[in-house]
Amino acid sequence: MSQLIKQRLVTDDRWILVREAAALADLPDGVPVIVPLKLWIERRAALIARGDVGVWLAPDEDPAALASDVSRLPVIAIDFPQFTDGRGYSHARLLRDRHGYEGELRATGDVQRDQLYYLAQSGFDAFAIRDDKDAHDALAGLDDFSDGYQLTQQRTPWFRRRAANAPHPGDTWFPCA
Amino acid sequence: MRIGPYSASKGRAMYRYDTFDQRLIDQRVAQFRDQTRRFLAGELTEDEFRPLRLQNGLYIQKHAPMFRISIPYGMLETRQLRKLAYVARRYDRGYGHFTTRQNLQLNWPRLEHVPDILAELATVQMHAIQTSGNCVRNVTSDHYAGVALDETADPRPYAELIRQWATFNPEFAYLPRKFKIAVTGATSDRAAVKIHDVGLQLVHDDAGDLGFRVLVGGGLGRTPIIGHVIREFLPRNEILNYLDAILRTYNRYGRRDNKWKARIKILVKDLTPARFAAEVEAEWAHAAGGAGTVPDEEFTRIAAFFEPPAYDAFAGDDSSYRAAIADNRGFANWVKRNVHPHKVPGYVIVSLSLKKTGVPPGDVTSDQMDAIADLADVYSFGEVGVSHEQNLILRDVRQRDAFALWSALKTLGLATPNIGLLTDIVCCPGGDFCSLANAKSIPIAQAIQQRFDDLDYLHDIGEIDLNMSGCMNACGQHHIGHIGILGVDKNGSEWYQVSIGGSQGNDAALGKVIGPSFAAHEMPAVVERLIDAYLTHRHDDERFIDTVQRLGIEPFKERVYVAAH
Repeated sequence: MSQLIKQRLVTDDRWILVREAAALADLPDGVPVIVPLKLWIERRAALIARGDVGVWLAPDEDPAALASDVSRLPVIAIDFPQFTDGRGYSHARLLRDRHGYEGELRATGDVQRDQLYYLAQSGFDAFAIRDDKDAHDALAGLDDFSDGYQLTQQRTPWFRRRAANAPHPGDTWFPCA
Repeated sequence: MRIGPYSASKGRAMYRYDTFDQRLIDQRVAQFRDQTRRFLAGELTEDEFRPLRLQNGLYIQKHAPMFRISIPYGMLETRQLRKLAYVARRYDRGYGHFTTRQNLQLNWPRLEHVPDILAELATVQMHAIQTSGNCVRNVTSDHYAGVALDETADPRPYAELIRQWATFNPEFAYLPRKFKIAVTGATSDRAAVKIHDVGLQLVHDDAGDLGFRVLVGGGLGRTPIIGHVIREFLPRNEILNYLDAILRTYNRYGRRDNKWKARIKILVKDLTPARFAAEVEAEWAHAAGGAGTVPDEEFTRIAAFFEPPAYDAFAGDDSSYRAAIADNRGFANWVKRNVHPHKVPGYVIVSLSLKKTGVPPGDVTSDQMDAIADLADVYSFGEVGVSHEQNLILRDVRQRDAFALWSALKTLGLATPNIGLLTDIVCCPGGDFCSLANAKSIPIAQAIQQRFDDLDYLHDIGEIDLNMSGCMNACGQHHIGHIGILGVDKNGSEWYQVSIGGSQGNDAALGKVIGPSFAAHEMPAVVERLIDAYLTHRHDDERFIDTVQRLGIEPFKERVYVAAH
């Protein structure tokens, strides 16, 4: 069972990520499954009837394919075959911001501590940490930074908050030599 | 330390971190210190650590790590320059190399020292964030920003805003390839915006509102391409939303299967600029007018950091300056080449040449850095600029101080009167330092400088850009040199391919290769024959590049190859 970070806790994962499934018969019975997008598109009605189904997207798959299903899916996973392939960050933003997805958005694959902060800012709220890495150690990655400049899925840009946050009117100048 | 009349910290046109900015930089140091610890402890593999160290400026090179320190839009204040001097002395061999992207590279630091170096830099609001790796790199700009005569608007507040947007941008940390942005606010482009992934030029629209002309998909490297204008006018408030749209389009659709086809220029070319622009516009439409739209007050806030310094209102045109030019030929030569007009009467912009014969182009010792900082405190409001031609700039020098400054620079070896001339060679570190290089570049540059050491001859040849790169990555920007030299590997030996007719700026163009490549020892003679051909054919006031554009490459090619065989 893979280690899942969710709501800042390391938890047992009840979902089975089915990496390859050409047909419904390939799915295990009686457990919640996260199925490939292709199978979801082909067997959507049957999968809805089965229940306990989520969908995972490969980096080259368009999240718009799930636009009409966002309210139906309790879990959407975005796969990172290598952590250096950053397409999933944009796809997470699109699922959250454009398609209004509010369920669990999980990063799977090559998911490690040093990417967690950016992943969370992009809209992921669950992280299936790579099996050979320690999920408890990885948790610390969520706190690498306390804030940031940009508009992200988690916050408005600092320039919209600066005035309200400054302890003194105007600017807070950092003391320098 | 000498304290000059302008050394007070007030009135300095620099962005200053507040507690928010500083906290992010400090958190970055802590993050990388822990990542380095985990790497050295074997908890991170080389493959896992590589992208992390690259985004902190650290390459592993031929002899040692190479460490690239960010100098946002090429602006330093003197305490920062002194810190660079200190870091180079303490952690390296007492010198640094200014690059064509306005950064400073150290060639010999030790990996385990890098977290300490970053901590040192953070004390003066400096860092090495995203100076390499497949992410948004240091934002570059015009080295005359704020003081140029031809400026529509000061680009620095916009460059600073973009710096903040780029810094730790969560969505764009793992792009297909590196991503470089340049901003200019002048009518004459000194920031090379046409050879950047995104080039931004500040312009007014018909209503007089300020915005950007947006170019995308320029770049050099293996497939050199001049950037395309995808939008003639973007309101300035939308700049970050529009950059988000460009980057998101690139992040999603840029090629990741082939490193050599992964830059945005290939995507723009494959889609066509029109279709790429349509994708970006569609993406931008979702964000326009939203939370990412920058309010005018934010521009005002940042622009306040770049208010002009307290110029001497009575400086005026200085008679002693004119007298010194008339009396002293050495000073006159230096003024002619290294001094440029300033928008304020009585002031000039001074370039410090880092292209003295015998010194690798762009290299400065720690002692020189300290001395330059002292001079900048006395003569230029405590600021130093870095040009993408690898020289340093004192932007705000009174005419009446120019002679004293020149005298001081001469003793430092920083007054070579060759800005814009043949020996002002733009050059990457090359095979002596860089593990990517196919060939050495610095010894070739030096041999050419030695061949053209006669100042009268050099001035007679006039303005010419000579750029040299040790490999296809084109760090020396050889494609846009009037003469471009590229180091190539042929069966394990080093050869040099020559192109002519490239240019930067408003008329940016890519050079054409003149023919088969040459051995290293032939290169000074090859350049000499190109110059001979120019001197034979030039009309009165023609520069080398004008003659090449008028005649094409044939007469030059003929002179080089006929003479060679």
